[in-house]
Amino acid sequence: MEDSLIIGGRSIRNRLFIGTGKFPSYSLMQSALEIALPDVVTVALRRVDSSSKEDNILNYIPKTCISMPNTSGARNADEAVRIARLAKASGTGNWIKIEVIQDNKYLLPDNLETLRATEVLAKEGFIVLPYMSPDLSMAKRFVDAGAAAVMPLGSPIGSGRGIKTKELVDIMIREIKIPIIVDAGLGSPSDACKCLELGCAAVLVNTAIAIAKDPVNMAKAFRDAVSAGRRAYLAGLSPDNMAPNASSPLTGFLRNENG
Amino acid sequence: MVIKINGKNENVEEALNLWELAINKKLSPERIVIERNLRIVPKEEWKEVVLEENDQIEIISFVGGG
Repeated sequence: MEDSLIIGGRSIRNRLFIGTGKFPSYSLMQSALEIALPDVVTVALRRVDSSSKEDNILNYIPKTCISMPNTSGARNADEAVRIARLAKASGTGNWIKIEVIQDNKYLLPDNLETLRATEVLAKEGFIVLPYMSPDLSMAKRFVDAGAAAVMPLGSPIGSGRGIKTKELVDIMIREIKIPIIVDAGLGSPSDACKCLELGCAAVLVNTAIAIAKDPVNMAKAFRDAVSAGRRAYLAGLSPDNMAPNASSPLTGFLRNENG
Repeated sequence: MVIKINGKNENVEEALNLWELAINKKLSPERIVIERNLRIVPKEEWKEVVLEENDQIEIISFVGGG
């Protein structure tokens, strides 16, 4: 049976989602996407700067990808809703990653405003993926509000510190029925692998790939790590246990029976 | 007349419609969204919507983001 993830009625085979910010160039980003082949990529919306002759980023994203705009820049629910509607009008579809941030020091999300935006946008028919600080009761509220998945952070955006929120994410995985996608802070392929081993449905990675010396190879490395992590999860990891349990027979077979 | 585009006051000619505004700014219509006084204006209407004094215009497009 094919192991695919269903979100918003779409079948997602690659559990590595990739963010498109901070790449040295759109063409390098394109090469990274072509090698990692994500099903979902994120983009952002900004006011156009008519003095710069920037290309349309969408031309560098493979047509097979779902382009999911984020609401970065939103400081409250109303701004997030406004950005989401602008994104939809631009014709990329109805997926939206809600990101509401008031804290400019650590870039941590505002769960309450994010929830308000989720309620409004899910009712309007958006496929809503809220970026959140991991918290079980909040995640339950996101489910009730109609979120298609929840995206808890591993550590602050762009920090590369890995999955520091593991215990909280683990609880969410056990208790929440919609997909849990770790977003933000994953610094290395092993971090991503760990998330999938834990049972996360997917991960979203941007900075670690985009600012690598070789973003194309890093994209491939993340893809392989995500795939390995998922396979390990499905295969069933051995239980976490402090008591030793020999993996080879312990009988001293070269010793004489009668000493 | 003066209108506000992306938060900045700009002088534009009278009776300019949104389509002409985009073309004047050398913006290709397929990559932008225009919001006029908080209402998203569908592209089909751009040629009919004529700018008025003190209009608040937002012109938005996609960039990289995580």
